[in-house]
Formats: sequence, C-alpha cells, structure tokens
Amino acid sequence: MSKMNTTPEQEHQATTADDEVLVSVRNLRKHYGADSFLSDDPVKAVDGVSFDIHRGETLGLVGESGCGKTTLGRTLIRLETPTSGEIRFDDTDITTLSGSDLKQWRRNAQMVFQDPDSSLNERMTVGELIRDPLDVHDWKTKSERDERVRELLEKVGLSENHYFRYPHQFSGGQRQRIGIARALALEPEFLVLDEPVSALDVSVQAKILNLLRDLQSDLDLTYLLIAHDLSVVRHLADRVAVMYLGHIMELGETERLFENPANPYTQSLLSAIPEADPYAESERITLRGAPPSPRNPPEGCPFSTRCPTKIRPEKYRSVDDDVWRAMEELRGILRERARTDRSIAMIARELLGLETRLSDIDEIVEEVFGGVDLPPELSTHVDRVVHEVTDGNPEAAQSYLKREIGGPCDTDTPEYYTVDDDGRSSYCHRHTAEYDPPSPTLRSE
Amino acid sequence: MSRTPEPHPATASADETMLAVENLQTVFHTDKETVRAVEGITFEVREGETVGIVGESGSGKSVTARSIMGLVDAPGRIGDDSSIEFRGRELTGMTENEYREVRGSGIAMVFQDPLTSLNPVYTVGNQIKETLRVHQGIRGDAADEAAIDLLESVSIPDARRRLDEYPHQFSGGMRQRVVIAMALACDPELLICDEPTTALDVTIQAQILELLQELQEERNLSIIFITHDMGVIAEISDWVNVMYAGEIAESGPVGEIFENPAHPYTEGLLKSIPGRFPDETYLRTIDGDVPTPTESPTDCRFHPRCPKKFDACEEVHPAPVDVESGRGGHQAACLLYPDGLTREAAVKEHERQMEDSDTEADDE
Repeated sequence: MSKMNTTPEQEHQATTADDEVLVSVRNLRKHYGADSFLSDDPVKAVDGVSFDIHRGETLGLVGESGCGKTTLGRTLIRLETPTSGEIRFDDTDITTLSGSDLKQWRRNAQMVFQDPDSSLNERMTVGELIRDPLDVHDWKTKSERDERVRELLEKVGLSENHYFRYPHQFSGGQRQRIGIARALALEPEFLVLDEPVSALDVSVQAKILNLLRDLQSDLDLTYLLIAHDLSVVRHLADRVAVMYLGHIMELGETERLFENPANPYTQSLLSAIPEADPYAESERITLRGAPPSPRNPPEGCPFSTRCPTKIRPEKYRSVDDDVWRAMEELRGILRERARTDRSIAMIARELLGLETRLSDIDEIVEEVFGGVDLPPELSTHVDRVVHEVTDGNPEAAQSYLKREIGGPCDTDTPEYYTVDDDGRSSYCHRHTAEYDPPSPTLRSE
Repeated sequence: MSRTPEPHPATASADETMLAVENLQTVFHTDKETVRAVEGITFEVREGETVGIVGESGSGKSVTARSIMGLVDAPGRIGDDSSIEFRGRELTGMTENEYREVRGSGIAMVFQDPLTSLNPVYTVGNQIKETLRVHQGIRGDAADEAAIDLLESVSIPDARRRLDEYPHQFSGGMRQRVVIAMALACDPELLICDEPTTALDVTIQAQILELLQELQEERNLSIIFITHDMGVIAEISDWVNVMYAGEIAESGPVGEIFENPAHPYTEGLLKSIPGRFPDETYLRTIDGDVPTPTESPTDCRFHPRCPKKFDACEEVHPAPVDVESGRGGHQAACLLYPDGLTREAAVKEHERQMEDSDTEADDE
C-alpha cells in the first residue's frame, strides 16, 4: 500500500499503458452560488475529483443522491461550466471551449437522461425528436437526415413506422429508447448515461441495459454510467467510482471493488443493498443519519460524520463502543442544530428571554447518555458542553468537542492510497500503516 | 421480518387472521375503456406477519392497497362480490364515517413519497398533533408529549426541537420517519407500506427497513409491504404475493418463492435481476410488455410473454392451485400446476375450479 504523491489515476495509467485515455479529469470542482461576494457559502457539488475514462470502457459512477454524481456527469459534457480544474477530451481542454468550437465539440459527447417522461417534448413526433440534434448541427441534407433517423429507430429496437407517433403513445422503456436514439444521432464517441434505467421496471430495465451493451460494441462507444442502483453498475461497468459529498472515495475495477471493497464508505454502501435471496446472511452496516450538506461539508474526511470506523484519538481507544457512539451522537446533534436556520419567531423568543432553541440541552444529554456509563474524563467534556450551550455559545461547544475528542478524520484530508495491484485507489486515513486497515476494523464491530 | 425466514404461520394455528381479502375486484370505468386494475385476488394477513406484494408498474399493487384503505374514488369501483374483512368486520360497503374510524385505529398507510404526504406549510409537530387530536382527542401539552414520544419511537434525535420544524428542513429519510410516526399515532394493528423506500437511497432504505422491523417487534404490527424491488421483498417479508396484470400469479412463503419459483413470470422476474448470472454478458429478459387489462380474463394473462406456454393457455383462465398437490401454502395461478398431475388433468382441474368460483358468484 503505497502513498501516492500524485493523482490516483497516474498510477493506473502506468499499469494499463496500452489503454487509450479518452477523457481525463484533473482536480475538477463545481461550486454553485459562489459567483457574487454577497452569496452564502457555495454548494460544493463536486470538490476536486480526478480520474480517467479509457476509450471503449464503461466507467460506473455510484453514490447517494446529492453526492454530486449528476453534476459531475453534466460538467463532463459542458452542460455546466466547471469552477476549476481540467477536463481533457482527446487532448483538447474542453473547459475553455466556447462558441462555435464548443458546439462543434458537443457532437462528440451526448447524454441520456434519467426520466423518459420529462426529457422528451410531447409536442414533437418521434421522428422530429430524433432529427432535432441533426437539424441543430446542420447535418448533411434533409433526406439524409430522414434516412439517418429511420436507421437510428431500427438500431434502438423501434420500427420505422414509429416516426410519426408522439411520445405519449410509448411505454417507459420505448421512450428511453427514443432518448438513446436522440443521443446517438450525431455519432458521438462518449455518452453520459444519467440513471438510464432507474425509472423502469426490472424486466424493461434488463432490455435497455442489453441494448446499451450492444450499442457500445457496435459503435465503439465510451460510457460514463451514473446510477444509484449498484447491481446495474456491477453488470455494465468495467470500473467503478464511488462518490460521496463531492469526492471520489474509491475507484477501481468493478468485480474486485464489489468483492472486496476497501473504503469504509464503499463497504457500508454495498452492505446496505438488500439481496434478492431471503436466506442471505449479510452483516449489514447501518449508517447513522444522512450525508451532510455540501454547503457546509465536514473538515477533514467528507465521510467522517457517519463513518463506522472513524479513528479515535489515542487516549480514548479503550472507551466502550456505546459510550463513544453517544459522544458522537451529541456532536451530531450540535452540528445539526448549527445547520438549522432560525425562524423569526425563534429569534424573537430568544430576544424576549423566552424559551430558546438550545434551552433544553439537559434534556438532550439525558436522552443521549441515558443508560450509558460515562467515564470521568468524558463526563467533564459533556459538562463543559452543557455549560457552553447554556451560556449561548453552541459554536464554542462544538469546537471544544472537536478539539477534545476529534481524531485525524476530523482535521486532516485523507490521501488517495493504492489498495490493490490493479491500481485501485481509496480515500481513507486508515490505509496508512499507523492505523488498522478499514476492513478488519469493520468486522470486529 | 427476520433474515432467515420462518415457516409461514399457517402451520402454527395460534396465529389469528387480521385481514382477509377475498375475490377483490377494483374496476375503473372511463368513457374510453374499463380498466380492470385488480381482478379477483384473494389473500390474508396474519397477526405480526409481513406480507409482501411485488409486481411491476401497472400490476395493481397500489390499487390493492388503496382498496383496503377505502381510498378508491370514482371512476374506480370495488366489485359487488369482493370482500375485505378486517378483524372480522366487513370493510366494503362501509360509510365514509365508519371507514374513518378503521383508518384511525386499525389500519394506517405509509405512502411512497414522503414530501407529498406532508403539508409543507405546517410544522411537523402540527401535523402529528392533528392526527392525535382527530383520532384520539389528545390536545395541548399532552399532545406535545405524545408527539415527542412518537418522533423518538421512530429514532429522530432531538425530537422536541424538531417538532417546530417544517418538512423541508428534514432530509428524505427523516421525512419518511415522520410519516411513519404519523401512521403510528393511532396505534394501528396493520400498517400498509406502499413503496416506502423507493424514493430513498440504499443507506437510508436500510435505516427505514430496520426501523420497521423494530416497530413490528415492539408493537406486534402486521405489515403489508408493497414494492417492485425483489431484494427488499426478500429481506422483509414472511409471505409473498407476486402480482401480474391485476392478479396474484404466485403466492407462498418467502423462501419458497425465491428458492423454487413456480410461475414462469416469477421465474422470469427473478432471472432478470442484474447480477443473478454474473458470467453472462446479457441480462435475461421477459419478452413483451405488461398488458393493461380491460376485459375479464378468459385466458392466462401472461401467455403472450410466457416461454412455457401451450395451447390451453389461450383458452383456460388459470386458478390459483397448490404447486405440489397435497402441500398447502405455495400456490401458483398457472396451468402447469399442480405438479403431480398430467397436463390434461391439470388443465381440467383449473377449469373445474374456475367453474366452481363462477357458480359461487352466481349464487350470491
């Protein structure tokens, strides 16, 4: 397990030098709402990701909603302008393209959208819908365009006589086929598939996935497959990137990553999938809470607020798990409270000296630590927190707790570490020799 | 709801039937056509048991749930021969007021999208307290305390403060917990969950499934769980009904359904799940599409898509029969069964059963 000084991908490139890189992404960031000095903290949808997509491969991108996977996909084909970073497509830096250059380049990269019900214009016939991109790009002559549309209809498993029908006359699966035909119209090399089957039933889903696979080998396409359904990604993708809160947590060859996930987040995510086998004995890691807001991500590791294997400070390693969990829960509640906006009514109540939003801290402590045997050194911390909060300094309480019981995960950004001989990389402090690696730690809990 | 399924409570006679649905027909009459969304389904739910209903969109799962809750509005109608018995009380034909009482205390429902089942302009506390006031007459401070208890019972931390928050200030998983808390407000015996986790991420789905399992144990709840996700069904159900085009194609204990699927539809559905055959490049599919049933069936509704179809499938409407004759529990509505009989004898058996149920209906 070597620590990498460079981006996670460079190592991978070395091992698979014969693969040609089609899309290369470096330190890509996309922040929203950072455009004026009056605005709040920006939403850090994508916060520094680097990876390569090789020609002809399918890269899967998985993660929970709000982790930034759709933003990343849209940024890759310039539907969004990146805040910083570099995207090289066939050695052209597309982040700086504009005007007619951008339009010309767009032929190379297209997108299939998630919801086939809202991504097709109901007032256009299927033929017009598929011809639309050809018209926009002034592709050849009119009769050649019509010919092309008919060819595309057949290619995606529809028939020529669907040309004059309207989208509402089609089922969900067929509409997704129309969406795919439209994306293929200009013969792109690269397709971003944003949740292409998540709105479809299992049996229809299987047909669309088979179609995508056929098209890929017939037309030498390169895919970025965005999905939250991990079994879909496992079936179609050659490599998988796991995203959390704007970061790539783990990236590697699909089967190996699914068989033996290295990052604690990947482990938790995979263990949460219900298996279609009632006798399956899986040890589920149930994560607490929801991902934090990308407007205000945690310092250090993005997963630190929910991580089941978060590193404790040296002197608290022997503390009982239940006690430690309660301490973390108290931190979670303080964090949650800091996040909530105060309504005018609440501010007024505070000013009038009536009940304030933090007046019930004693009750919280009771709720969190009820039935837990708190060792004296932690007990003093809790008292201090109660004291600070009662004095109206919840921020001080938060930073006090962070200082006292926080570990490296709270303060330091992890590095990418190579975790197998195939160049898989994982973003976690536990891959250093100093700490126990993530997997055995998880199992022991 | 255990990870390793127990034998169906049918074997343990002590278990009481909580809900008995018999020959439920729900039909929607419109100017253009008549859609027979649910076509004569029969099943029951026992005390403390989780019955899963699985099927694709348009198979009639949600209409089944709404029919039980008495939420089918015009142009929908429940057939005259249908019977829904809850704790021995017949629900069909009840007046709106009588139904309200059942919804208040007996049966509660959790819908798919928590954002649309909560009112955005009222605080969460207001909405829970409204339920408590309407159904149990609890008001004032007592209502506050009861609401906090409910939020705590669905594991929402810092419950007192969260009462004053609006639904948009909750995350998706927390919202679904609020909806479950509201459903529990009336202390129901039967909880109908219509795709409660479909709009949620897997890690949040895992939290909600765990919560439902805990609640079931604590309160001895019966649950009807509707989903299209075979994985979720495998995890939480004791008993599974597979629906296709308004009918129950197959039903049985969860282990049987997944280990020995009998109906070709169930088999096809299970085989089309990605990852079932990791060595195959292509996913297995079921040809054709789910039909929208507009006529009473005179044939097997699955026959146009069935890989095992034979001539009789177009002429005889299959009745639910035991997969292995003489062994109760696992049933399939398919002419290939019962297993022990020859094909001709099996078809005869189905014809006889359908005639029986027809004459029964005529008698009434």
